[in-house]
Amino acid sequence: MPCILIIDDESAIRKLLEITLQANGYKTQSAANAQEGVTMAAMHPPDLILLDLGLPDEDGQSVLIRLREWFRQPILILSVRSGEEDVVQALDHGANDYLIKPFRPGELLARIRSALRLAQSGDQDPVQEFGNLTVDVATRTVRKNNEPVKLTSTEFALLSLFVRNEGKVLTHSFILREVWGPGYVTQTQYPRVFVGQLRKKIEDEPDQPRFILTESGVGYRFVGNT
Amino acid sequence: MLFTHKTQSDLSQYGWSVATVLAIAAICFPFTDLIGYRTVSLILLMVVSILAMRFSIGPVSVAAILSALIWDFFFIPPHFTLTVGHGEDALMLLMYFIIALLNGILTNQMKVYDRIMRRREDKESTLRLYNTLFNSLSHELRTPIATILAASENLASKDQQWSEQDKQAMNHVIHTGAERLNRLVDNLLNVSRLESGHLTLKWDWCDVGELINTAALRLKPDLDNKTLHIKIPANWPLMRLDFVLMEQAIYNLLHNAATYTPPGTRIEVDGAYQNHQLTIRISDNGQGFKEEEDLLRIFEKFYRPAGSKAGGVGLGLSIVKGVIKAHHGSIEVRNKPDGGAEFILNIPTGQLLRPTVNH
Repeated sequence: MPCILIIDDESAIRKLLEITLQANGYKTQSAANAQEGVTMAAMHPPDLILLDLGLPDEDGQSVLIRLREWFRQPILILSVRSGEEDVVQALDHGANDYLIKPFRPGELLARIRSALRLAQSGDQDPVQEFGNLTVDVATRTVRKNNEPVKLTSTEFALLSLFVRNEGKVLTHSFILREVWGPGYVTQTQYPRVFVGQLRKKIEDEPDQPRFILTESGVGYRFVGNT
Repeated sequence: MLFTHKTQSDLSQYGWSVATVLAIAAICFPFTDLIGYRTVSLILLMVVSILAMRFSIGPVSVAAILSALIWDFFFIPPHFTLTVGHGEDALMLLMYFIIALLNGILTNQMKVYDRIMRRREDKESTLRLYNTLFNSLSHELRTPIATILAASENLASKDQQWSEQDKQAMNHVIHTGAERLNRLVDNLLNVSRLESGHLTLKWDWCDVGELINTAALRLKPDLDNKTLHIKIPANWPLMRLDFVLMEQAIYNLLHNAATYTPPGTRIEVDGAYQNHQLTIRISDNGQGFKEEEDLLRIFEKFYRPAGSKAGGVGLGLSIVKGVIKAHHGSIEVRNKPDGGAEFILNIPTGQLLRPTVNH
C-alpha cells in the first residue's frame, strides 16, 4: 500500500486529501509546514509527496530543492491559479507534476497513479498501445488503426519522450532539452510547431486532441488511456 | 460654458473684459445722440453682466470700473471730462457702478455654488457606483455560499433520510456554487493583476489555433445545448502573444456567449490574418445587445446590461479588454444585422514564424 505524505498548511485541504487518498487505498501522513514535512519525509520516506507551494515557514521552491537533494520518489506540486511561472519553476526544480487548486479528486488520483507508475516501472515495454495508437520504441514504428504512420526523426523523438512520460506534464524547456539539446531551451517555437505536426499525424481530430494535451503556460501532457 | 473660466487664463480674461468694454463703447459712441447717453449705460451694464457669466470676479470688476469711467468720460455731458454736469447723472453713475459690481459678485457666487453642487453630485455618483458594486459583489458571493452551506448542512443532518436523487441534487448545488465562487475569484484576481500595472506579458510563440482550441476545451462543460464552430486556417504562422492571458480572454468571450444566449445558439469563432494584424471574430446568433448603451459600456468594469441573468458581476469583458490592450490591440462589439452579437479582436503581430519541417 503506497504511502503519501501531504505537506499543506490548510487543515481543511489536508483532511480532504487524507479522506480521498485513504478511500482509494493509500496510506497517508500529514505535515502542516515545511519543517515538519521535511522531517517526516526523512524519518518515514513516503512513496510520493504532495507539496503545497505556499507554506508559512519556507518558500515552496526551496523546500522542493531541499527534498530533491536526497528524495528520489515523485513529488507533486499543489499550486493556485495564475501561478504558472511557479509551477514551471517547480517542475524544473525536479517536481514530477502539478495540480492547480481547486482540483478535482479524480484528477488528483489520476496524477498520483501515473506518477507512481512512472516511478516504479523500470524498463518500459518497448511496444506501447494507447487506444488506436501503437508505438514501438525498439523498431521506431508507429501505427494508427494498424496503418503505419510516417514520422520524421524529430517527431519520433518527441513522441517517444511523451510515451516514456505518459500522464506527466512536460515543460517546454524540458522537451527542448530532451529532444533538441541543452542549447535549444529558449527556442520555444520548436515544440509548438512539432506538436502541431505530430497531432496531425496521430490524433483523430488534431483540433481536439486526446493524446497530446496543451497545459496553458506550462507545457504538454501525453495522456495514453482516458 | 461654466467651465470656460477654468480653461481661460486670468490674464486673457482681463484682456477680453477690457477689449469688449472698449469695443462696445466705441460702437455706441457715434449713436449717442440718437439713443441718448443713458441708454448707453444700460448697454454697458448688459455687457458687464454677460462678462460676469463667463469670467471670474477680478476681470468683471475691472470691466465694471472701466465701463463706469468710460461712460462718465465719453458719454455724460460735459464730454471728455470726468466731471458730471447734473446731480441725477452723478446718482446714476454711482448706481451704475454699484449694480455692475453686484452683478459680478452675485454671478460669481452662483458659479461657486454650482461647482460645489457638481462636486457633490460626482461624489454621490461614485458612492452609488461603489454601492452597486458592493451589493452585486456581496450578492454574488453570498448566493453560492448560502447554497453550499444549506445543502451541506442538509446532507450532514442525521434526522432526515434523503433519497439518492435528493442527495445528488444537493451535491450538484454545492458543486455549481463552488464553481461560481471560483470563477468570481479568478476574475477578481485577473482584474487586479491587469490593473496593478505590474503585469508583464510573457511573450511566446503561439499557435493561435491551439490557443483557441484550448479555450474551447475548457468551455465544453458550460456549452450545454449550444454549438461551437471554430474556423481557423490550418498552417498559420506562429505569432508572439501571451498564451495564458490570450487563452483567458478567448475563454471569457466564449463563456459569455455560452452564458447569455438562448438554447440552441450557434457560436462561431473565426480568424483572419492580414497586414501584420491578427483578427479574431467571436459571434453568435443569439439576441444580441438590447440597448445602444450596452454596446458602448459593455467593456466597463462592473457594467452589466439591464436584465442580465444572475451570476457574474461584470468583470469578464473588462478583463478581455485589458488583455487585448496589453497586447496593443483593440476590441469592438456590435449587433450583427441578422441578429446576435459579434466581438472583433484586432491584434498587431509584428514578427511571425512560418512553421518549417527541417528535422
